[in-house]
Amino acid sequence: MSGTAVIINSDSSVKKRSQLASIWRRFCKNRLAMVGLVIFIFLVFMALTADIFFDYDRQALGQNMKERFLGFSLEHPFGTDQYGRDIFVRIVFGARISLMVSLSTAGIGLVFGTVIGAAAGYYGGKIDNTLMRFMDVFLAIPSMLLAICIVAALGGGLLNLIFANSISQIPRYSRIIRSNILTIKNSEFVEAAKACGAGDMKIILRHIVPNAMGPLIVQATLTMALSILSVASLSFVGLGIAPPTPEWGSMLSTGKEFIRQYPHLIVMPGLAIMCAVLSFNLIGDGLRDALDPRLKN
Amino acid sequence: MFRYIIKRLIYMIPVVLGISFVVYAIISLTPGDPAQLILGADTDPVVLAAKRAELGLNDPFLIRYLKYISGVLVGNLGNSYRTGLPVLSELIIRLPNTIIIALGGIGLSVAIGVPLGLASAVKQYTFVDYFARTLALLLTAIPAFWLGLMLLLFFVLNLKILPATGANSWKNFVLPIVTLAASAAATQTRTTRSSMLEVIRQDYIRTALAKGVPESRIIWKHVIRNGILPVVTIIGMNIGVQLGGTVVIENIFAIPGMGSILVNSVRIKDTPMIVSSIILVAVFIGICNLLVDIVYAYIDPRIKAQYFSVTSKRGKTKTKTGGTVA
Repeated sequence: MSGTAVIINSDSSVKKRSQLASIWRRFCKNRLAMVGLVIFIFLVFMALTADIFFDYDRQALGQNMKERFLGFSLEHPFGTDQYGRDIFVRIVFGARISLMVSLSTAGIGLVFGTVIGAAAGYYGGKIDNTLMRFMDVFLAIPSMLLAICIVAALGGGLLNLIFANSISQIPRYSRIIRSNILTIKNSEFVEAAKACGAGDMKIILRHIVPNAMGPLIVQATLTMALSILSVASLSFVGLGIAPPTPEWGSMLSTGKEFIRQYPHLIVMPGLAIMCAVLSFNLIGDGLRDALDPRLKN
Repeated sequence: MFRYIIKRLIYMIPVVLGISFVVYAIISLTPGDPAQLILGADTDPVVLAAKRAELGLNDPFLIRYLKYISGVLVGNLGNSYRTGLPVLSELIIRLPNTIIIALGGIGLSVAIGVPLGLASAVKQYTFVDYFARTLALLLTAIPAFWLGLMLLLFFVLNLKILPATGANSWKNFVLPIVTLAASAAATQTRTTRSSMLEVIRQDYIRTALAKGVPESRIIWKHVIRNGILPVVTIIGMNIGVQLGGTVVIENIFAIPGMGSILVNSVRIKDTPMIVSSIILVAVFIGICNLLVDIVYAYIDPRIKAQYFSVTSKRGKTKTKTGGTVA
């Protein structure tokens, strides 16, 4: 999101700034979107300040067999798990991984997708054909299956998860930006910029990318929601973040053996995933309506 | 129409080749030796070398890939590194389970999502609308595997009315299908709602209302027929997501399908098994998308007309514009 602000502000014309302000005003009027934003800010706050309030090694990893399977209490708001670890603390630290993966996936997808899509759309011809057929191949593999293959090949871990998720997202961004470029490539303002002697890079970055920013941002929020689900799913089948690192999916995976006696072991991490995904979806819906009020139903 | 189908099937070949190459390369060019993974970390180097030779791992990557893919083109998907048995015979047993879950999930999601979305659009800003929208929001956010576990907890462990694992009777497929359908139904509801709302705002709907056409007739004859097209597109696009989702769901309900074998095979880098199952999934998705496009033709006479006149010059340009609009 800061990317848009920079690009739009760099043009520093009064009209564009007021457009950003009016988008923000429309976004604020949307109550559901604000709920999503509040959840998101809360999650970010949790992830950033976890170290101040909790001790990672002692509370999130340290085992305490005397306090196994405790129910909800003031001391342990979400109870404790099979090793006596506080589930709330683990969820708080788990937010770090989920947010890190989702933000980086969206960022990588956005940057690489934009570069590839812009090159394909702007230069057209053979470059376009080669790049987009290559992207089609990646789009044809279900993203979950592709992620499984990549994680299996490279091994689990945070960086590999980010890589596995971004690979399948890049084609989506490049398609959005390409179709936008095709529609505005021949418009008069691009022609005017060319006549003024602007280079290809400048035209793409200054005139074409900002015009495609709306759908790209909406796609980015979708990506964040998807990658949270995807990381949790991968960890759940044992291919993502390995225990004992607190990750929501792997917490569910280790907790599922105790589902019969102690369902809170899986209910709480699941609710955390749900809140995170919900917040991204709400923000995405709100942004889409705010960026293009005509689409609002 | 027939020519069109043949053309689409031929187009699938390069895509499948591309997919197989990408996946084969990802698995082969990354660290990790399948022979070592199968036999364990501390195996006698002589045994290891023999296993490598047996699996043909000493050939360069491109040679291995070409050997594999030339087999695939004549219907031989190779032998599993782990069992040594033909991949095809193992996958053929498992494919039906996955297809039942995926198609069942799509069917159920359409059966729930389309009527709900339609009701939500027709009765906009009423209780029905808010209910449908809230439900859709919640269902998209719930992780499928978590929903699966919750359903398992409730119906299998507490109520004891459904079996937990296996794939012996239809009862085993109820929960996986419901689990898979949930998030797709949400997407379906949202797409249907926005698509129908767009149609409802059109001038011809107002004209029909002004003429005094009964509301039910307007909905059936005008709104649904025009608004259903984007919904069909989304159904086609969702098939891949659904198949990806079955991987995790099969894992929860211990159903022997493509997903469970894929997860087991990737751990030991059983390349022929992994690549072949992904090829099968891709072909299945391709066929489903083709079916969706044929259904399209039957729903929309404009598109049908294009399919029949592909040979004429005018038809071709029309197909292009029609394609981008759709």
